[in-house]
Amino acid sequence: MNEKTVTFIVDGKEIKARPEQTIMKACDEAGVYIPRLCAFKDLSPFGSCRVCTVKVNGRPQAACTQPVGEGIVVESQTAEIQQIRRNIIDMLFVEGNHFCMFCEKSGNCELQAMAYRLGILAPKFPYMFPVRGVDASHPDIFIDWNRCILCARCIRTSCEIDGKNAYGFIGRGPHKRVATNSSAGLKGTDADVSDKAPANCPVGSLMYKRIGYAVPIGCRLYDKNPIGSDIEMKKTT
Amino acid sequence: MTAYNETIVKDICRRFGNERSRMMDVVKEVQTSFGHVPNEAMDAIARALSCPRVEVQSLVSFYAFLTERPKGNIIIRLCDDVIDRMQGFDRIADAFKEELGIGIGETTTDGKITLEATPCIGMCDQAPAALINDVIVTNLTKDAAREIVAGLREHGDPQRLVKRLGDGNNAHELVRAMVVNNVRRKGDVIFGEGKPSDGLKNALAMSPVEVIRAVKTSRLRGRGGAGFPTGIKWEFTRAAKDETRYVICNADEGEPGTFKDRVILTEKADLLFEGMTIAGYAIGAQAGILYLRAEYVYLRPYLEHALAERRKSGLLGNKILGHAGFNYDIRIQMGAGAYICGEETSLISSAEGFRGDPKTRPPFPAQKGYMGHPSAVNNVETLCCVTRILERGAGWYAQMGSNGTSGTKLLSVSGDCKIPGVYEIPFGITLKEFLAMAGAEDAAAVQVGGPSGQMVGPAEFNRIICYDDLATGGAIMVFGPQRDLLWVVSRFMEFFVEESCGYCTPCRVGNVLLRRKIEEVRAGKCDPAAIAYLEDLGQTVKIASRCGLGQTSANPVLTTLKNFRPLYTARMKENEAGMQMTFDISAAVRDAEIIAGRKSANF
Repeated sequence: MNEKTVTFIVDGKEIKARPEQTIMKACDEAGVYIPRLCAFKDLSPFGSCRVCTVKVNGRPQAACTQPVGEGIVVESQTAEIQQIRRNIIDMLFVEGNHFCMFCEKSGNCELQAMAYRLGILAPKFPYMFPVRGVDASHPDIFIDWNRCILCARCIRTSCEIDGKNAYGFIGRGPHKRVATNSSAGLKGTDADVSDKAPANCPVGSLMYKRIGYAVPIGCRLYDKNPIGSDIEMKKTT
Repeated sequence: MTAYNETIVKDICRRFGNERSRMMDVVKEVQTSFGHVPNEAMDAIARALSCPRVEVQSLVSFYAFLTERPKGNIIIRLCDDVIDRMQGFDRIADAFKEELGIGIGETTTDGKITLEATPCIGMCDQAPAALINDVIVTNLTKDAAREIVAGLREHGDPQRLVKRLGDGNNAHELVRAMVVNNVRRKGDVIFGEGKPSDGLKNALAMSPVEVIRAVKTSRLRGRGGAGFPTGIKWEFTRAAKDETRYVICNADEGEPGTFKDRVILTEKADLLFEGMTIAGYAIGAQAGILYLRAEYVYLRPYLEHALAERRKSGLLGNKILGHAGFNYDIRIQMGAGAYICGEETSLISSAEGFRGDPKTRPPFPAQKGYMGHPSAVNNVETLCCVTRILERGAGWYAQMGSNGTSGTKLLSVSGDCKIPGVYEIPFGITLKEFLAMAGAEDAAAVQVGGPSGQMVGPAEFNRIICYDDLATGGAIMVFGPQRDLLWVVSRFMEFFVEESCGYCTPCRVGNVLLRRKIEEVRAGKCDPAAIAYLEDLGQTVKIASRCGLGQTSANPVLTTLKNFRPLYTARMKENEAGMQMTFDISAAVRDAEIIAGRKSANF
């Protein structure tokens, strides 16, 4: 380890990082978890959900896209930032139609897990109850737009890992949504059951068919340990 | 308009070299041919430009002036910003609806005319105004609306609706617009006297580094609103390691209430192009792009003509003014109706042929901008200042204005004032002094800098117009004592909801929630706890949003909460019974009533 390193502070803790790293990557390696939804290992940073908002020398930045810098002071777990994160999670809940009690993603859902981690029991913002559809045209994969949080993880996975361009964003503002690369819907694309894209959806929006309850509720990813535990357990010292 | 024909699409793509980056132009041409961008055309464009089809749909569905569905050959877009609404939008809209027999967002049954509403088209000083295809009509009345519809029915040619031409170059044979300039006060910089090309000649006699030094010495700061020092921006761009660099002029003047760039483009196009050329020389660029908002397309033929004249005179092209090694040209990139594209990285995305999503920073445009190359993005007015600085000297420029802010500023004034229009004022005067100039002494509130700026009341009128105090990109909207400011706030929030690109959560969702709460406050359905709710929500949008649009979109709410709080509290009542005041039982059972097929017996 003769590489050049930079040192910076996160919530009073000193962290060493490689200069090309983002704040989030460096914190992950140091076992400091910064909540996130759109950021995902192996995918290029996107910076859309803003859950990873931190303050860098007093200025708000997304930890997933902001590079580290020598001596920067990062605030992450402050009351102000946590409140902003809760508000953003709340926004994502009321923007779509998320019914955890009968969603097959419950327990494996990062949105739900993040709400629990941040101590949200019910959104404080009013539900919007948008009218959204489902694309079940494909034999093995389906899209439920009710649960989409527009994180672009399917779009990026399809492009960067699956080597396809099965998905893309259309519309703008509140009308923005994920579309498929075919006017015939998902069945018209080259999306396939072997694709990683559905596996990388943080919520129950892009799903493989016929395996919804293969793992029973209670035995799922976030049923025992909160989201982010894997990173926090990586703490070496 | 022709029926769909793939050969036409292929030809259009070929004309733009089958370049993926020219998708904006391709799609616009396709729409011109078929009236919309049909489904099959998207597939054909994707094939020709070698990109996924969803990228074509992504672009078309993003811009307000592009459409996937057929519309009328003639599209009437009524400007519905706050100022137009204050000056009779509803009356005019009713007249159009009545004459056409349709509502807003609809097309006449014969398929010929579509009626729409659109945010500020940059004509607030001659409101109410509308765009009819590419033609601008101003100072509308009910009678004018009826005449317009009759004319369109008779001859179908929007240009023939222009009966009287405006002043200056508005009457130029390549413009022929009824728009007027309303230049009320000329300063020494933009409207000052000067000799054409002197600035460029002086610049070429210096080294590029010396030009940048002169701009730094002048203390010129960006006139679009953010106020970044221009010389430093250029220095960064020049320092970035690359062979290719770009100058981009941001003429996507979309901030409601701003129209000063429209006047510059009309009357001072050469001053601007000269500034763009000086910028190109300074940073070492080979090309410049003028990104022009779709609403100003009526100026395009004139601007293209001005560019052609400059090429003829050796002011653009190879070896400019005989200067070996300085080869530089400018092209115009049209926008397609998206306020977000005024944000510099969105503008770059758009010019590259994508939806106008802002880009992640870093890298900044000065490092990696248009097509991944270092790019200096400057406002129209900023580049005009550059020409004068090189023409008359950095010292001359720097001594104008206030201590912290040098030079002059163009302000676009509209609303409840006697003399709306464009004023070139030296930085450092108070808002009060300025309001007196514009005949707005009895203003009850002034929106400085447009919806993304701040709403100030008389207690703040002694503040100074400069970057260190009351900063503004140029919009001054005046509201008299008769206006309902919470209505204004609600209109501004509506604007941000529609214009958010939707990339990040706080802006996409937060603005919808802010608008909703403001409506509840206006309807008297809130208790005083709503103030904390609005502040908390507004701060989240401001702090967590990804780009300047989101970071300023809560300002209408936050600045009125600060400066006009009694307007809020006056509409709130203590919730003594502990009821959920916003709950509307009849609305809640409405869907159930529809399913049941009868009215609720109780509610």
